[in-house]
Amino acid sequence: MISTNLRIIAIAGSLALLLFIIELVRRRRLKEEYSVLWVTTAVVLLLLAIWGGLLRSLTHGIGAISQASTLYFFGLIFVVFLLLHFSLRVSQLERRVITLLQEIALLGEAHRDPAPDAGRQQDKGAARDPV
Amino acid sequence: MGVTSDNVLIIIPAYNEEGRVGAVVQDVRSTFASADVLVVDDGSADGTAAEALRAGAMSLSLPVNAGYGAALQTGYKFAVRNGYTIVGQIDGDGQHRAEYLATMYKALEDQDADVIVGSRFLDRDGHYRPSRARAVGIGLFARLASLITGEHISDPTSGFQLMRIGVARFFCSDVYPTDYPDADILILLHRTGYRVREVPVQMRPSPGRSMHSGHSPYYVYKMLLSIFVTLLRPRANGAS
Repeated sequence: MISTNLRIIAIAGSLALLLFIIELVRRRRLKEEYSVLWVTTAVVLLLLAIWGGLLRSLTHGIGAISQASTLYFFGLIFVVFLLLHFSLRVSQLERRVITLLQEIALLGEAHRDPAPDAGRQQDKGAARDPV
Repeated sequence: MGVTSDNVLIIIPAYNEEGRVGAVVQDVRSTFASADVLVVDDGSADGTAAEALRAGAMSLSLPVNAGYGAALQTGYKFAVRNGYTIVGQIDGDGQHRAEYLATMYKALEDQDADVIVGSRFLDRDGHYRPSRARAVGIGLFARLASLITGEHISDPTSGFQLMRIGVARFFCSDVYPTDYPDADILILLHRTGYRVREVPVQMRPSPGRSMHSGHSPYYVYKMLLSIFVTLLRPRANGAS
């Protein structure tokens, strides 16, 4: 049985995590896209903290003895998913960066060897406004 | 349209639209002859950019697929840098009818608005029937956006728009999403002080797939979160 004190700490902690994630999205430091896993975690933690019976029946369901090991088990599963997710993202980013690098290199080559059709898109030269 | 000093650019974001984008370019050029047309090829694997050039448009090709919003934002930056005063956008899949650009242009002038959105649902004649899940999603965010802005918004997912250059310049900052601008952006525009108006348009049936997702659970999650944090952010002072 989880003590009342521990429960209050767990509820406060998961609420703080949820608010922190929303604050990061608000400050545009975290894209909505990447918030999914974190918000899910915070909500699951909150549910577990509020609804004690859930953790008990989960523990029973997976055949664990201690409720703490149930938490560790699901925590570990979450971390594995998160790492996999980041590995996929890093792979994708690496591929895109290489494509961009090649494109810049090829642009440099084009500048050394000016093509006769260059300047097509420069006919609206008025009031150039740097962005 | 009458004689004006407006310099209009119509942006067509296109991802693998070979066989469709050329017709869209010709559609725009024949119904809105005074406008320049820019196709932003979002890292297509097919001949989208070549087809756009053949049809008489300017074309920018992103070296990697960066998303619908990122492609549009490339067009906004092009418009700002090249001195355009009005910027329009129309999807590259042929769903939008370019003939409405003239109506939208007139509305932009007459209604003293900053953004005109072409809405499929405004005249309620039932010509457009989205799938059930999609209709629920669009309806939910249309009502939410109307509630928050106090304006009637019926079609927040519409990518058929015409705006003043100030709005395009505002969109050049990191407020603009790289994936799908939607109800969250309309709410942001309203909070920034821009006036958004809708005009009724008819659209052709979407050719199989849609450029805008619209009913996945992720879309609903993303849009709710995005609207929520937009409301939590302080009001910007972007409108002039």
